[in-house]
Amino acid sequence: MSYNINNKGYYGEFGGAFIPEMLYPNVEELRQNYLKVMAEPEFQKEFDKLLKDYVGRPSPLYFAKRLSAKYNTKIYLKREDLNHTGAHKINNTIGQILMAKRLGKQRIIAETGAGQHGVATATVCALMGLECIVYMGEIDIARQAPNVARMKMLGATVIPAVSGSKTLKDATNEAIRDWINNPVDTHYIIGSVVGPHPYPDMVARFQAVVSKEIQWQLKEQEGKTKPDYVIACVGGGSNAAGAYYHFLEDTNVKLIAAEAAGKGIQSGESAATSVLGNEGIIHGSKSLLMQTKDGQITEPYSISAGLDYPGIGPMHAHLYKTGRAEFISITDDEAMKAGLELCKLEGIIPAIESSHALAIFEQKTFKPNDVVVLSLSGRGDKDLETYINYFNL
Amino acid sequence: MNRINQKLQEDKKLLSIYFTAGYPELDNTVTIIQNLEKSGVDMIEIGLPFSDPLADGPTIQASSTQALKNGMTTDVLFKQLKDIRKSVNIPLIIMGYFNPILQYGVEAFSKKCAEIGIDGLIIPDLPIEVYNEAYKTVFEKYKLLNIFLITPQTSGERIRFIDSVSNGFIYMVSSASVTGNSSGFGEEQTQYFKRIANMKLKNPQIVGFGISDNKTFLQATQDAKGAIIGSAFIKHLSKFGTNKIPEYIKQITKL
Ligand SMILES: Cc1ncc(COP(=O)(O)O)c(C=O)c1O
Repeated sequence: MSYNINNKGYYGEFGGAFIPEMLYPNVEELRQNYLKVMAEPEFQKEFDKLLKDYVGRPSPLYFAKRLSAKYNTKIYLKREDLNHTGAHKINNTIGQILMAKRLGKQRIIAETGAGQHGVATATVCALMGLECIVYMGEIDIARQAPNVARMKMLGATVIPAVSGSKTLKDATNEAIRDWINNPVDTHYIIGSVVGPHPYPDMVARFQAVVSKEIQWQLKEQEGKTKPDYVIACVGGGSNAAGAYYHFLEDTNVKLIAAEAAGKGIQSGESAATSVLGNEGIIHGSKSLLMQTKDGQITEPYSISAGLDYPGIGPMHAHLYKTGRAEFISITDDEAMKAGLELCKLEGIIPAIESSHALAIFEQKTFKPNDVVVLSLSGRGDKDLETYINYFNL
Repeated sequence: MNRINQKLQEDKKLLSIYFTAGYPELDNTVTIIQNLEKSGVDMIEIGLPFSDPLADGPTIQASSTQALKNGMTTDVLFKQLKDIRKSVNIPLIIMGYFNPILQYGVEAFSKKCAEIGIDGLIIPDLPIEVYNEAYKTVFEKYKLLNIFLITPQTSGERIRFIDSVSNGFIYMVSSASVTGNSSGFGEEQTQYFKRIANMKLKNPQIVGFGISDNKTFLQATQDAKGAIIGSAFIKHLSKFGTNKIPEYIKQITKL
C-alpha cells in the first residue's frame, strides 16, 4: 500500500481533477510542468535560498521540556510559527510564486479564510512584483480585519466573496471563477493540499521541507531520524502533509491528525470532516466533505478560522480511510485550554489551529520514551482578539 | 432515436433555454417547461441547483442559492418531473454539478432520468476522462446523451477527442468566462466560432454563455447549430416570474 500520490493523481480512491472544461488548459499546463520545474536545480536553489534567507528556515525543532514533563513523554515542537508571516503557509506560497514565474504568469489569485494564506500570498507577490488578488468571504473580512489590512499594505487587492455562505469555501469558488475568466496570464495559488490534481501533490511537496528538516534535526538531538509520532492539525491539511511527508511510507512512525470539533461533534457547529463527512467532490477533488444527503456542501464551524473548511485534502482522506493516520476531534474549549497551557509552560503563544494539535495530549497517553513531534503550524498573534474574548483578558 | 438527435436534424437554428429548478418558486418547474415549449423553444436545460456552482456567475449562483432555500432537492425535482412527458415533447436535459448526482448514485440517477424521459445530461465538472472510464456504460444503458463543453482555450486535438466521444451536440462555451457575462461578442468570439465551424466536427455545436438577446443569438448561430440562454432568462424570471415567457422568447428569436 502506498500513501503517496499515484501517477493518475489519486491517493487511493481520492483526488483526481473534477474540473469544468474551462479550467482544463490551466490545470493541465500545471500538471505537465510542476514536477519538471520542481526538479530543476535552478528552481531548487532559488526555493532553498528564499526559504533560508527570507522565511528564516530551518525552523527550530524545539524540545519542550516542561510540556514533556507534564505529559510524561518527549515532545518536540516544530516551530513553523517562527517563519516569516507567522505560519507554515509561506513555504507553499514561496514555492508557488516561483512556479508561477517559471510558467510566465503575471497575475496571482488566492483564496483565504482567516487571512493567513492571503497574507502569505500577498507577501510573495510583493517580493516578486506580481499583481495579487485575494478572495475572502465577506463574513471573514469583517472578523479578520488585521489580516485584511496586512494584505492591503502588501499591495494586494482583497475582493469580498458575497456568494453562498460568504466564507472560505465561497472565497475558493470565487478564486476558481476568476481563473476561469482569466485562463492565460493568471496563476492560482491554492492555500492547502486541496483542489484538483496536481495541487494537493504540489503543495505537499513544497511543505515537505518540514519533515525533511525534522529528520536531520531529530538525528542531532535524539540520534535517530524517526519520531514515534507526528501530530498536526488538519484544516485542508497542508501543515500536516508537510510534517508527515517523509514518514508517510514508514508505518513505524504513527501519524495523528487533530480536527476541529467546534462546539462538539453532535452540536451542528463543527468542522470534523472525518466524522461528519463522506465521500464526494469538493473544489475539484474527490475527498471527504461535509454535505447534506443531497450532496450540497454544508457550512462548517470552528473557533479557528484556519480549520473552518468543510473538506480535507485527498491525501488525508486516504490516510483516514486506510487507518494510516489516527484522526482525533478537538473542541473549541479543548483547543483554547491547550493553547493557554503552552503559553504558561513554554512561553509560546500558538495559533488556535495549532492549539488543536496541542490538545491531543489530554486525549491520548504516550509512553515516557516516545518521541512525539508536533507541528506548531503558526503563532497566535492573529488570534489575540479571539483569545481576549474567550478568556476575558 | 433520442429526442436530442432528432431535434438536431431539423433544418433550423435551435434555441435552448436554461433555468434553475426551484426558482423563483419551488413549484415553478413544470409551468416554466410547458411555457417554454409553447413559446417555440427547441430544447430545455433543467438546472439541478448546487451549493457551490464553480462555473457560474452571480445570476445563476443567486438563483441556485434561492432554489435550495426554497427546498429544491434531487428527489423533489424528480417528483415534479414525473409526468412531464404527458405534456412536453421537446428534448429535456438536466444540467447539474457532479456531487449531488454522485450522492444520489450515478446509476440510480440515470435510471430515474430514463423513467422520466430525460434525454441528456450536462455535468460540467465531470471530466471526459473520468466519464469514459467510469460512467459511459451507465449513461448509455439509460440512453442518456452526455454533453461535453469546449472553450476558446480547448486545443484542436482535445476538441477532436471530445467530438469522438460525444453523441449529440458539443456545448461550445463562447468565451473564457463563467456564465452570465453579457458584454456581447467581439472579433475574438467571431473568429473562434469560425475556427470551430471549419473543423467540420461530427457533432453539431450549440453555443452557450453570454447570449442574452436577439443580436447575440444571431451572432452565435451564424455558424453554430444553436444557442443556449441561461442567465438572461433567469433575470427575466426574477422580474416577471413565470409570466410573459412567450414575449421574452419572441424578442430573442424575432420569429
Ligand atoms: C497556523 C495555521 N495552522 C493550520 C492551518 C490550517 O491549514 P492546513 O490544514 O492546510 O495546514 C492554518 C490555515 O489558515 C493556519 O493559519
